[in-house]
Amino acid sequence: MSLYYVQKFLYQLNRDERVQREYAADRRAALGDYELTDTEVEALVAPDIGLLFHLGVNGQILMHFAALHQIPWGDYLQLMRDGIAEHGPVREGVYAMTGYEGVDAHAAALGQTSNATDGGGNLGAVADDRAAAGDREGERP
Amino acid sequence: MSLVYAGVCSHAPGITGRADQADPDARDRLYAAYDRQRQQIADSGAEALIVIAAEHFANFFMDNMPSFAIGMADHYDGPIEDAAWLGIPKFRAPGNRDLSKRLITEIMQTVDVAYAEEWKFDHGIAVPLHFLTPDFDLPVIPVNINCQGPPLAPLHRVHAFGQAIRRAVDAVPERIALLGTGGISHWPATPDSGKINEAWDRDFLDRWARNDTEALLDYDDLSVYAEAGQGGFEIRTFVAVSGAADGSTGVVDFYTPIPIFSVGCTIAHYELAA
Repeated sequence: MSLYYVQKFLYQLNRDERVQREYAADRRAALGDYELTDTEVEALVAPDIGLLFHLGVNGQILMHFAALHQIPWGDYLQLMRDGIAEHGPVREGVYAMTGYEGVDAHAAALGQTSNATDGGGNLGAVADDRAAAGDREGERP
Repeated sequence: MSLVYAGVCSHAPGITGRADQADPDARDRLYAAYDRQRQQIADSGAEALIVIAAEHFANFFMDNMPSFAIGMADHYDGPIEDAAWLGIPKFRAPGNRDLSKRLITEIMQTVDVAYAEEWKFDHGIAVPLHFLTPDFDLPVIPVNINCQGPPLAPLHRVHAFGQAIRRAVDAVPERIALLGTGGISHWPATPDSGKINEAWDRDFLDRWARNDTEALLDYDDLSVYAEAGQGGFEIRTFVAVSGAADGSTGVVDFYTPIPIFSVGCTIAHYELAA
């Protein structure tokens, strides 16, 4: 388990066009300099977005990796949900801080309605709250 | 006094990248609010814009992560993201190396900061600039607070950093605008993306607008994470601006949760005390 190096590779990939060209030419070879487990290598080569999220990759890094692979936003969100369902809770990293176990459990902890069925993130509960509260443009507390 | 504007705004990449998927009315009202903020900054006569951002592993990583960093270059390129994905064409924004150096030197009297002579803007800065300096004709001084890779600087240090920025701004002759950009509660780029804790946001904004330092510093990362998501760590950018605007109260110019943008979209400013 070497979450640090998984994320470091993705960090370099996201910001460096040379690394992007190397990854496009030979995904496995592009990973050669990083200390990765076989599972991590396969997840990065596939790519397996759900497994990478389960392993603990920060979404701020992972979303660019998904974009590189032309994965639409809604599909990206669903792949992470599927990864949690298949592999279990996030194992390490910032999302493991409070034992994140998935959308529904998290929503329940917050006392909110899950929006798991809407890949676009269009909420039910919060949007309703907003309508009830009204917007507060120009508000002076 | 050379601080001529102090405000905050959202920077979520969906604001430009997923604009076509949003409720058109909410989106257009947000864009209009950005335009009013653009006008406020222009009317201030600012000669440079300090942007306190919470970048997302574009320049800084856990191999050497600074709590606070300031750019010191004459130009900056962006966005680091795919231009089509973000909905913002590639650009070069002007900087001001000399001004950066003077500000950094003064800030270092009280707060240790890293400086960077190269810096690629990600959406954390690119989205605000897209709306607020669309012609890239105002020199930008980028500032970063680590809000992504814990351990993070505690809020009281962030507030002190904002105060140090204010002292430095007051020590230079240029008229300077200050902008904090970040989300309040949000779970960006995770399965919970789109979730927004509006009640938490409104309570935070109330504290921010009153500029109640004690109330603003009364958060810890575990409770923020539980109630406002990892994106909530970005309140640091707001808290830093509050420190810079000590003694002033603020106005929330716009707040509307727009789930497809993954955040309660916010634009606010302080009415700087004379």
